[in-house]
Formats: sequence, C-alpha cells, structure tokens
Amino acid sequence: MSNTEPLAIKRVTPKNITDKELFYGHKACAGCGGSLAVRLALKVLGERTFSAFPAGCMAAVGFIYPQMAFKNNSIITTFPGVASMAAGIAAGAKALGLEDYKTVAFAGDGGTADIGFQALSGMIDRNDDVMYICYDNEAYMNTGIQKSGLTPYGTKTTTTPAGTNLPGSVTHKKNLFEIIAAHDIAYAATASIGYPQDFINKVNKAKHIKGTTFIHVYASCPTGWGTPTHTAVEIAKEAVDCGLFYLAEYEDGEFKLNKNPKEFASADEYLKKQGRFRHLTDEDIKLVTDQRDKKWERMRKQWL
Amino acid sequence: MESKNIFLSGDEAVAHGVRLSRPHVIAAYPITPQTITVERLSEMVEAGELNAEYMHVESEHSAISATMGASAVGARTFTASSSQGLLYMTEGLHYASGGRYPIVMMNANRSVALPWSIYGDQRDSLSLLDSGWIQVYVEDAQEALDMTIQAFKIAEHADVLTPMMVNLDGFILTHTYEIVSVPAQEDVDAFLPPFETPNKMCFENPKNMAFSSQPDDNTEFKYQQNVGVLNSIEVLKQVNDEYAEKFGRDYFGMVEEYRCEDAEAVLVTLGSVTGTTRVVVDKMRAEGKKVGLLKIRYMRPFPEKEIMDLVSRVKNIGVIDKDISFGYEGTVYTNVNSAIAKTGLSIFTKNYVGGLGGRDITKAEIEEMFNELLTGKLKKEGEHVEFFNLKVSTDE
Amino acid sequence: MDNSIKPQKRDFVRPQHINDYPVGPQFEAGFLAETNAGWRTFRPVVDHDKCVYCLRCYIVCPDGTIFKDNDKINVDLDYCKGCGVCAHECPKDAISMVKEEL
Repeated sequence: MSNTEPLAIKRVTPKNITDKELFYGHKACAGCGGSLAVRLALKVLGERTFSAFPAGCMAAVGFIYPQMAFKNNSIITTFPGVASMAAGIAAGAKALGLEDYKTVAFAGDGGTADIGFQALSGMIDRNDDVMYICYDNEAYMNTGIQKSGLTPYGTKTTTTPAGTNLPGSVTHKKNLFEIIAAHDIAYAATASIGYPQDFINKVNKAKHIKGTTFIHVYASCPTGWGTPTHTAVEIAKEAVDCGLFYLAEYEDGEFKLNKNPKEFASADEYLKKQGRFRHLTDEDIKLVTDQRDKKWERMRKQWL
Repeated sequence: MESKNIFLSGDEAVAHGVRLSRPHVIAAYPITPQTITVERLSEMVEAGELNAEYMHVESEHSAISATMGASAVGARTFTASSSQGLLYMTEGLHYASGGRYPIVMMNANRSVALPWSIYGDQRDSLSLLDSGWIQVYVEDAQEALDMTIQAFKIAEHADVLTPMMVNLDGFILTHTYEIVSVPAQEDVDAFLPPFETPNKMCFENPKNMAFSSQPDDNTEFKYQQNVGVLNSIEVLKQVNDEYAEKFGRDYFGMVEEYRCEDAEAVLVTLGSVTGTTRVVVDKMRAEGKKVGLLKIRYMRPFPEKEIMDLVSRVKNIGVIDKDISFGYEGTVYTNVNSAIAKTGLSIFTKNYVGGLGGRDITKAEIEEMFNELLTGKLKKEGEHVEFFNLKVSTDE
Repeated sequence: MDNSIKPQKRDFVRPQHINDYPVGPQFEAGFLAETNAGWRTFRPVVDHDKCVYCLRCYIVCPDGTIFKDNDKINVDLDYCKGCGVCAHECPKDAISMVKEEL
C-alpha cells in the first residue's frame, strides 16, 4: 500500500510558518509539552483543519465554555472514539464535497495505545484520510498521573507507586510505532518536541499524504514528570539523546532511523532529574538501559 | 413516478427507507438480526443506487462515533445495531443526543446477554430510554420503511435536532417478508429536504464543538436538550400527517388506539405484538366483549397525554412488556403507570411480562389477559406483575 | 505589529434567556473570554540588544504567546504563563525571567 505521491513539499520554518496561533488561551499547565505539539502541528496544518481530541488534557484545557482555545474547527470526541470520529468527519466532509482541508486527530498515550487503539487500528485498516498525532507524556496525566500502556518501566505514577516492593511501573512501554507500522500504513513517524523542526517536517510531510498517517510525538509533562516547567523542551530532547526515545519513520514499507547517535548521552542523568524516576536504583537503571541497548541493536540491524 | 410493491423483510424495508433518504455517511458494524439491513445498504452503494460513504467500522462504538463526526460537519448519517452492539454504543448514544447530532439508527430489538440469545425482546432499547434519543417502535415492515424516512425529517427538524432510533422486533419483523410499498425517489425528495443545521463545523463559521460546561451552564444545556425531545411531539405529528397525505399511510402520531371507543379492557402494546393483539381484539369484539388496544409508538417522548386521555374512558388497563426491570416491573408498565397517576384516577392495571429471548406471544395468551382485565380483578392476589407463559411451576 | 494576528480577550455576555445559549455545546472557534496572566509568577523580559531573532523561543513556546513584530519578538503577557521555556532555550540568554510584583 503506497499512496505517497512524490511531491515537492515546501519546507516549513520558523520564518515562514504562519503567524496565526490556532491553539491559544488554553488552560494547560505552564510548560505543557502536549500543548506545544498541538500548537506546532496546527500551525503547519493551517486554518482549514478539522481537529478532534478525545477526553484528555487537550480536551479539558481547550474547550471550557465560553473559553474556546482553538481557532480552527475542533471537537471533543469520546475517549475510545477519536479515530472513528475523525474518520467520520473526513467521510462527511468528502461526501459533502468539501475541498482543501485536512482532518487531524490528537490523542495522548492512553487515548492512543490503550482505550483508543481499536478505533485507530480500524481507521488505518480503512485508510481514512486522517492524520493521527499521539502526544506521548507516558501516563494518564489529565486524571492525575496514572499508568498507561506507554508508561515506561520504573515510572512512579499514582497507580504504580514506587516502594520497597515495586519500582513503580513494572511493564515496559508498548512498541507503539512498530505496531502502527505493522498495519502497513502509508506513513508513520516518531518525533519529539525536543526536536521541534524535525516534528514540523514530519507533520508537513504527512499533511501532503492522502490516507491515514501517524506521528508519535514525545511530549513532556512537567506536572506528571516532576520536572521544572522551563526544561519542558530540553527534557524531551534529552530523552532522544540518551536513546530512551528515538526518531524514526516508516514510509513505503521501509523503516528509517532519522538519528543514530554514536554514543548515547547519560540515561542515568535523564532519569534522575525527574521526580517520577528519582527512586530508581542502579539495578533498575541497568535494566532500563539494557532494554534500550537491545532495542537499538535490533533497530540498527533491521532498519539501517 | 409510482411507488412499487416489493416483497421485503423488515431489515430490507429499512434499507430501502435509508436509500430513499439519501444519507451522506453510513457507518455500521454487523450484528444479528440487523445484518441484512447493512448488507443491502452495502449492495446499494456498490451498485451506485445509493451515493453514500459506507464506513466499515470495527465496532459499534466506532459506528456511533463516526456518525457523530460526520453529523458534526453537516452530513446526513445512518447507523444500525442491536442488543449487545447497541449497549456497546451506550456512551455514544448519550454523546450524540447531548451534541444534538440528528443521527438516525435502526435497532433490531434483541435480547441482552446473559444468557446469550440472538432472538427478540425489547430489553436492549428500553434500557436506554434515558439516553436522550427519540424512540419509535414499529409494527410491520411497511411501518419500518415509512418511519425510517420520517425519522430523518423529525430528527433533523430545527426545533428538535435530536437523534432517533427506529426499533423493530428482531426476527419477527427483521426477517419476516411482506409486501411493502416502496415510494418513488422523487416523492421522497419532495418530502424530505436536505439536512441543514446551525450545529456544525464549517470554514465560513468555525466552531469548537462538544465542549465542557461548568456547573453554571450544564443544567441549561440539559434543559435545552429536553426541550428538543419535547418539541418532537408536535413535529412528529406534523410529519406523520404530511406523510399520510403524500403517501397514503397514517400512523396517527404518538399512539394508535384500536377499538378503544367503549372498551372495558385495553391492552397496551409496543412493536410487533400489536399485530397479534389486533387479531384477538377483533375476535373478542365479534363475541361481544368490549376490548381494545393501545399501540404505543413512541417511548421517548412518551405519550403521556394520550394515555391520560384513555384513562378517562377506560378503567382496566393491561401492559404487555417484552422487558423486565429486575426487582420491579416492565419498563413500559412503569411509564404507563406514571402517566395514569397524573390523572388522579384509580384504575385497575396489570403488567404481563413475556416474549423474552424470542418466545412467541400467542393469541390464546393475549385472550387470557383480556379475560382477566375484563374481570377487573387480579387472578392471583397481589400479583400486578406476571411473567406469563412460564413453562415450569414456580410454586413454593 | 499587525494586531489582528494576536488573539484578544473578548467580552462575554452571559446568557440571560435559554435561547441565548447555542443549540448544543458548540461555540465560536477561538473565542477568548479570559486571559491567563494571573497564572504567572515570573515574566519573560527580552533584551533586544542580545536577541538575534533566531525564533527559537517563538517555536518552543507551549502557549504560542511570542509573536513576530517587525523582526523583534513580542511576548503577549495577557496569555504568557511564565513557564520559562523561552528563556531556558534562548541560545543568546536574551530572555530573563523576572519575578512579578504583587
């Protein structure tokens, strides 16, 4: 399945990106990484965009009557149904003969990898004309920091307390990007708000592809992670630099590693500066880095 | 163009009603006994007889979510479900009515697990009376087709903007064939205007939809939603009358009274059991017994005025419920009693619970109900709610 | 700068009659009934002599409150929450976070 047409896509840069802010005056916490991801994506997609948000932080902070934070047409969806509702918007718009528009679904890690997964899988199967962006802050933040399927090993959340018996979350992060790619989707990518230009480029690429596209963007949450608000972008960059997150694409059936560092920055440092990981022992950290190394070995072997 | 008489099952009649209503988007997930409707609709789309986006969603939850999305940009939408599938949609049912998305749905009334049963009763939709949908129940395949077309006009009316569920009894109606008069497309086009709504996202007037309200406003939105359903009482009557004039079939609005004029005993029915009860009424009338029936067509909004009016004329009323609210009584009975209580009159009532999980309700059983009602006395003291036709003894 | 670019707080008249409410929970996109300035304990102050207009701050602001203003950056203090990302990310240390006075 490949409906990616080779297009000369004009690069979007800080200089030429639209001056218009489409996500503004929202009530997200100061330094919210998820809201940065949504803001940048909407600036790339433009005003003729229908955006759909399931119950979650962005829905909670953007649509409090009468404070409407989205300048473009936007809607809150059922928690499990963001993909299907966005697909319905796209189908309705097509049937009504609308032209020159994009439909995008934004959901968090829980809304994507857990409760919304079935609908997302169905949408990719149908190849509905929707861009799906998962902003991953590694827990259910809106409800107060509970573990999701994308919460990494050793994370202290309010449902995975760290104590003498357990190190916080005992499960590893689901391999969401490859699960999505396994649908043979036209385009999928990972990104991080710590590398905003790379994220902008990927949104811009997906914008020009008809059919379902998927971007998994790593987005920090100072409130849930126990980090200062001013390091929100830096910490999301460090996650990539220490190899616990990675930048990749899946296109025309091929995986591509966008960033393949010769040496990882210190994972220990990345983890220890966050309240959610501060309790980790050297042994826990070794488990985390061993897992990381195994994953990178496989990615390098298969994708390079 | 003339209408055509075609031999159709209830499911197929609904599919023709949908085709004639020209929806933009159909999203549905298969479930017995709804499947024939979605199969026929798929065939119509394939054949080019129906120009709609048919979405093969992966669940009922996505069916209702997708139709809401399409409705939110101003598209006319249809979905269909039954039983477990309808219950799986529950979150979306409340969401759609609160969002004022006038989706039309066919529900093939079917029992709810456990135990599993693919056969009919009305526990699925009756357990969802509070979901904010207009609910109509039909008696035969012709009414199923006619109400599918009318449903779009009622639901989409500017004073209503509320989703509507057309209920037909599983198998008894969905799978039973009869001659159905299928109207011509031009006539339906003249009857049903294109869908227009202020409640949509568009580029001329961008909206933020389905927002959160604070305690300061939530009650007002719910008040407004209730008014929308109440407004449908007038609208559905107008639509009924207009349809009757145009197509020659009159369903009389909220209820249909049958031979109630001087009745001493009346049975209240919902759905296909009405047809059987009509036959019994005719037989007993021929024997000089003063019996009648009240066919409830709409459970929401509820025909309170019509029932209060009937009570002023009739003293003994029975209610057949293909439903039980465990630990109390049938839901139709509860609703009927609530209307009766508002008259302040003392009336003899009895609830007959049966037909569950596909068990037939026979003419003999209905005749027995009438005979009990005519006495104005419970055959078993204190038993206002009877599970009729239990096949075993329940004696202590 | 072109002020039409910067979203403005508008006066919201609370509904007095039930018909003043929108039909269903839908409202004008981008309607802002209040500001977020009260959230802030530190405000970003830009040293325009140091600023090289690289727009790093503009790109990384989670609230989008930094605007391009004739080749200068212009912070909308009505909506800046004072998170400090701009100051921390500035490669020229041209933005400092200054405590708000009560």
